[in-house]
Amino acid sequence: MRHILAILLENEPGALSRIVGLFSQRAFNIESLTVAPTDDNSISRITIATIGNDRVLEQIVKQVNKLVDVIKISELTDRKHVERELLLVKVAASNSKSRTEVKRITDIFRGSIVDIGKQIYTIELTGNSEKLNAFIETLSNETEIIESVRSGCVGIARGEKAMRV
Amino acid sequence: MTTELFTGAEMVVKALSALKVKYIFGYPGGSILDLYDAIFQQDEIEHILVRHEQAATHMADGYTRATGKVGVVLATSGPGATNCVTGIATAYMDSIPMVVLAGQVPTTLIGNDAFQETDIVGCTRPIIKHSFNCRDLAEIPNIIAKAFYIASTGRPGPVVVELPKDLLIPQNKAPFNIETNVKMRSYNPNIKGHPKQICKAAKTISEAKKLVVYSGGGIILADASQLLTTLVETLKAPITNTLMGLGGISGTHKNFIGMLGMHGSLEANKTMANADVILALGARFDDRVTNNVEKFCPNATIIHVDIDPTSISKTINAHIPVVGLVDIVMQQLLDELNEINYSPDEEALKDWWQQIKVWRDIRSVSYEQGANEKIKPQRVIEAMYKITNGEAYVASDVGQHQMFAAQFYPFAKPRQWINSGGAGTMGFGLPAAMGVKLAFPDKHVICITGDGSIQMNIQELSTCKQYNLPVVIITLNNRSLGMVRQWQDMVYGGRHSSSYMESLPDFCKVAEAYGHIGIQIDTLDELDAKLEQAFSIKDKLVFVDVLVDEKEHVYPMHIRQGGIDDMWIKKGVKT
Ligand SMILES: Cc1ncc(C[n+]2csc(CCOP(=O)(O)OP(=O)(O)O)c2C)c(N)n1
Ligand SMILES: [Mg+2]
Repeated sequence: MRHILAILLENEPGALSRIVGLFSQRAFNIESLTVAPTDDNSISRITIATIGNDRVLEQIVKQVNKLVDVIKISELTDRKHVERELLLVKVAASNSKSRTEVKRITDIFRGSIVDIGKQIYTIELTGNSEKLNAFIETLSNETEIIESVRSGCVGIARGEKAMRV
Repeated sequence: MTTELFTGAEMVVKALSALKVKYIFGYPGGSILDLYDAIFQQDEIEHILVRHEQAATHMADGYTRATGKVGVVLATSGPGATNCVTGIATAYMDSIPMVVLAGQVPTTLIGNDAFQETDIVGCTRPIIKHSFNCRDLAEIPNIIAKAFYIASTGRPGPVVVELPKDLLIPQNKAPFNIETNVKMRSYNPNIKGHPKQICKAAKTISEAKKLVVYSGGGIILADASQLLTTLVETLKAPITNTLMGLGGISGTHKNFIGMLGMHGSLEANKTMANADVILALGARFDDRVTNNVEKFCPNATIIHVDIDPTSISKTINAHIPVVGLVDIVMQQLLDELNEINYSPDEEALKDWWQQIKVWRDIRSVSYEQGANEKIKPQRVIEAMYKITNGEAYVASDVGQHQMFAAQFYPFAKPRQWINSGGAGTMGFGLPAAMGVKLAFPDKHVICITGDGSIQMNIQELSTCKQYNLPVVIITLNNRSLGMVRQWQDMVYGGRHSSSYMESLPDFCKVAEAYGHIGIQIDTLDELDAKLEQAFSIKDKLVFVDVLVDEKEHVYPMHIRQGGIDDMWIKKGVKT
């Protein structure tokens, strides 16, 4: 099972390395990890996508919580939540047919073309990870993918409850 | 108005004094010479100069295990700090509070592969509770206060503080401010058990027909042995201790059925296997206890009390988890039992104890000593027990001798038994014993060791001389890495690959060379008298080298991959 975990932690040197170290030390999976300071600069928020059964997930949550810099951890995937990931991708757009196709697919997925070169289009797309996967697959059927980068997912719970300190 | 300014080195010393530290265990070097200079110029804190930084960590550790006070280690950057790694790991595995102050190259050089630069915070990340990189001199006092707070609360553990040289030098000064009443928004050690869980636990206990209490090192760390004894006497239940939990209840208490696990008593392991309710208190279902987890106590409802939620349901699923400090939870439990007018089911208890007696009568923890045979190692432990009235502090190294000591020296009190259980660190025994002796100069302090282990920190005989630490070292000399050899006998077809010690030194002469007394014991008929003699010498360290039977194995022993009660009782005899 894939789980998304949101972690609030002290924005201090070494805090991120403790999280990463913990995952490798205990042989937990990391599918993606993103980190940045929150609106409160003294706190960072990490989103980790991981894979594991319930038992493993329980250990991950407890072990992360045990780290001294960690203020809160919560699993997003066990409730209603919004999940987003950003994709930037360069594709070959060397003739008019491929350019129209790329533009058409990008529109369908509600992405946008953010840079145009002689031979290459650069596209930006946000969405959940599945949408990004589908987009890449569709694109690759039409043209050549030259370079791509994904941000890893971030997420937030729906509704009134907020994860704050 | 002018505020007084201090160097970082002075701040470290002032902070340690404010935290009531009496001793620092350490070894100097380039990056921390300023700190040594500050130590030289005061007399509130005594520095103990060891002969190897690993020994500083074990000595601090032994001091802590015996007293409950946080041990402080000081080492220089690079090799000084890396020499501490084994000792930090040892403390971490057994949840021992420790603060390690490690020097570092000046902040301007960090990352440049400077002389004696090692990223000690990085090296120790998986074996510490927390660590700090100091980058601002004014922060030093509060970082040290936090380090002590974190090390000693919740589930205790070692904390590393890295001190770059430029923060310590006389040119840089700042005002001294310390907040010893530490509060941290990200760290609140959970203290009380959840009332609902306490109710569930009490109800389950009151319905049990075959209850067993299984307690571990958490009881010792929490100074909760009195309460544990009261609880056990209220429940009238059998109690077993882990290797780390020995002394949590008196080893001669009538409800005590011995240590459990790999080299535990048959009755302890059988009682666990047949119990319908297991009350686990400050123990963590270590693999040396459980044997094959798939076969672990299938019929038992497990109540697991621990301060560390990660210990609960990690290896064995707990039916009733209770997160909290074990002393507080035991009191809550006693109150709740009182509330529900608990009285034990005498009928069921009678049957249960009758059954346990049958297992006890097998006398699985025993040995045979023929009058003309070589000295059996167990016999040495028994003699040592008699001579010291069971009141000595016993610090152990790792191997067969450790298990014999655990089996044949029933500890009456907590903190008497000092051993590296989680990490199993050879070389722990002597420096740990030294730390204990420093704290309790008038008590018998024994280092029980082997011919292998003692050589892993034997240089500390010199420290013992310098600080007059007259511990009694008893080496069960079997001319081999006995525990390794035992496994080779049992599992590897008797192929003794590198487990035989050739060219052993004459230990008595080694001891004498360091200015101590050596006593050699070769035969059974001289054992008691010579041991008496060793313990009668109070003002000098005595190194007793006892030649023991090298063929002796530690029994009982788990059969690998079996259930907790699948055991070898003696050579060739299984349950
Ligand atoms: C630092 C370290 N290295 C290796 C081991 C593995 N080991 C466990 S017991 C043992 C033999 C110990 O020999 P000795 O001290 O003579 O004790 P004996 O078993 O003979 O009583 C060894 C090598 C260990 N526990 N610690
Ligand atoms: Mg030996």
